[in-house]
Amino acid sequence: MTENCDTRTHLPLGLAKRGYSGTIQHLSASGAGSSLPDAELESRLIELGFVEGARVEILHEGIVGRDPIAVRVDNITVAVRRREAMAIIVA
Amino acid sequence: MESPLTHLALVGTPNSGKTSLFNALTGSRQKVANYPGVTVERKEGSFVTPLGRQISVVDLPGTYSLRGRSPDEEITRDFVLGRAKSETPPDLVLCVADSTNLRLTIRLLLELKNTGRPLALVLNMFDIATRRGVTIDVPRLSEALGVPVVTSIAVRKKGTADLLRLTDELLSANPSEHQSTWQPLTVPELRATQREADRIIADTVSLPARPDTWTSRIDAVVLHPVGGLVVLLLILFVMFQAVFAWAQPLMDLLSAAFDALGQFVHEELPGGLLQSFLQNGVISGVGSVIVFLPQIIIIFLFILLLEDFGYMARAAFLMDRIMGGAGLHGRAFIPLLSSFACAIPGIMATRVIDNRRDRLTTILIAPLMTCSARIPVYTLIISAFIPAKDVWGVVNLQGLVMFGLYAAGIVSALGVSFVIKFFMWRDYQPAPFMLELPDYKMPRLRSIAIGIYTRAKMFLQRAGTTIFAMMVLIWFLASFPQPPEGATEPAINYSLAAIVGKAIAPLLSPIGFNWQIAVALIPGMAAREVAVAALGTVYAIEGGKEAAAQIGQVLATKWSLATALSLLAWYIFAPQCASTLAVIRRETGSWVWMAVTFGYMLALAYAASLLTYNIAVALGAG
Repeated sequence: MTENCDTRTHLPLGLAKRGYSGTIQHLSASGAGSSLPDAELESRLIELGFVEGARVEILHEGIVGRDPIAVRVDNITVAVRRREAMAIIVA
Repeated sequence: MESPLTHLALVGTPNSGKTSLFNALTGSRQKVANYPGVTVERKEGSFVTPLGRQISVVDLPGTYSLRGRSPDEEITRDFVLGRAKSETPPDLVLCVADSTNLRLTIRLLLELKNTGRPLALVLNMFDIATRRGVTIDVPRLSEALGVPVVTSIAVRKKGTADLLRLTDELLSANPSEHQSTWQPLTVPELRATQREADRIIADTVSLPARPDTWTSRIDAVVLHPVGGLVVLLLILFVMFQAVFAWAQPLMDLLSAAFDALGQFVHEELPGGLLQSFLQNGVISGVGSVIVFLPQIIIIFLFILLLEDFGYMARAAFLMDRIMGGAGLHGRAFIPLLSSFACAIPGIMATRVIDNRRDRLTTILIAPLMTCSARIPVYTLIISAFIPAKDVWGVVNLQGLVMFGLYAAGIVSALGVSFVIKFFMWRDYQPAPFMLELPDYKMPRLRSIAIGIYTRAKMFLQRAGTTIFAMMVLIWFLASFPQPPEGATEPAINYSLAAIVGKAIAPLLSPIGFNWQIAVALIPGMAAREVAVAALGTVYAIEGGKEAAAQIGQVLATKWSLATALSLLAWYIFAPQCASTLAVIRRETGSWVWMAVTFGYMLALAYAASLLTYNIAVALGAG
């Protein structure tokens, strides 16, 4: 948990709805439920620009189970499954 | 004195415009092959710099880091580090960035610096960035990164002039290599590198406040949960229409041209072996390959257009969950769909799937999709054996059987994919769907034309030689030994094909096939529809393909319904296509996968026919 959080509650990006926008607080791969090992998942997320402080917004969602999601991360758009997005804690 | 060849490597993230830069530099002077032992495409090209330096450039697979998490990325890592077997280490590495989106590439570049290779950053698509209001302080960026930086516009004429000049400058300065200090980055190091990259960008680049409005507008429709699927279906409909309808006249034309050529040879040469070899072996063998060319060109036209435009990633986004149920990647969708026309372009189209295992699974199941060559066989048997009556008042029974055959193909493909994932690669973690959705870009005709040209050339050269060799073999089997003097039966009945056919007939009798079917299946390996003409030949019916109705009448009297149904079941699964097998061999770079495909399809075909035949006999259709 970071110190500078405001009154908004932290939640995993994987649970956020379409239209949600916020800032990445931290990454927490353990318990996200991805098939990837924690370090690997975290590396891949960072490689796609999911780093602390990045602005994220959910632009679109898929038709089956609202999955995957299209996320704006600063100035690029990335598609991820909700399962992997559970590792991204936003507020 | 001839100047020595200088080696360049292009490295960049996916969507950095690396390939269009490669096309701009090399034009059609490209060679596409596979890296030894892996299903990864190796693209090499050549060009000459303004100072007359001979350059060989390799377009390395796109990657976000040097960790090498897939075979493609391992190639990129090993190549840059100079570890790749039988490859010359590059004299200069060009790191290609999409100027509108520098974050990920700058981080990759910081990692590349550790390899000690001479390095330069190419800011590609600089025109788009300028138009969008991105301003980059190039000298300052170069200073902050400690590497030369050059801008380029790959899609413009002269857009690479600065890059060529810089290449000459850097190579003349005789760049020195440093010892590589590269180590795979740990998560904290990766995070620190990204922070460093973000700091440099904040210092040297000013970004516009708004995202690209065109991309958001198009995505609002294209990625809409319902609207998106409608758009996807529309695109697929047009693609299907194009492959079936637009390609048909060209295919007919090619087919007629080869027939005419064969006829010409037939008339000009005296009857005998040479005539038969040229007409039935060489000309119709080559013809049966080249006839696929229009379909291949049209499918690749669509695929390359959609890929360049940026739609492919969206199609994968829409289909991901729907395909995922059967263990397939979202990107397998287009290749599998193309396979309904013909498995050959379908299998070639699997190149859009980056992950090797996902790609192999798709290649293995693609031949189960009902291709257009099965249609003549299905039509013949259905019209001869299935009554054209209505069921439930509205549906025609013949149509229903046809639909059932298509459905059986799809269902079994999904089933096989599921089994492959479950048994063969159980330890394998499926690639999670994490994909950049690039901003839309206007496709450039030149780049597309080069893409189609290399695919078509590759198909004709490589698959062509293998397929041609198989055609000649099949001709040989069907022609030797020659019938004795005064023979009364058709020539094929005295050939090796007949000997083999009669020898394997006992194996096929449990599934209800007689020796005539067994014989017809051998030339049917050339292409599925050839079996129709071959059955005509075996039953000594004159007129070839045109006499299909007549063949049907003869078959209806000679076969039981159970045999006919069994043959239909056989054709859903049987690997009755030498060309497809040759392409699988070529695309996977291994005989093993070709043998695996052949084996599993043969086993499925036999089992399905055995089941169909025995059930039909038990129900009284024997």
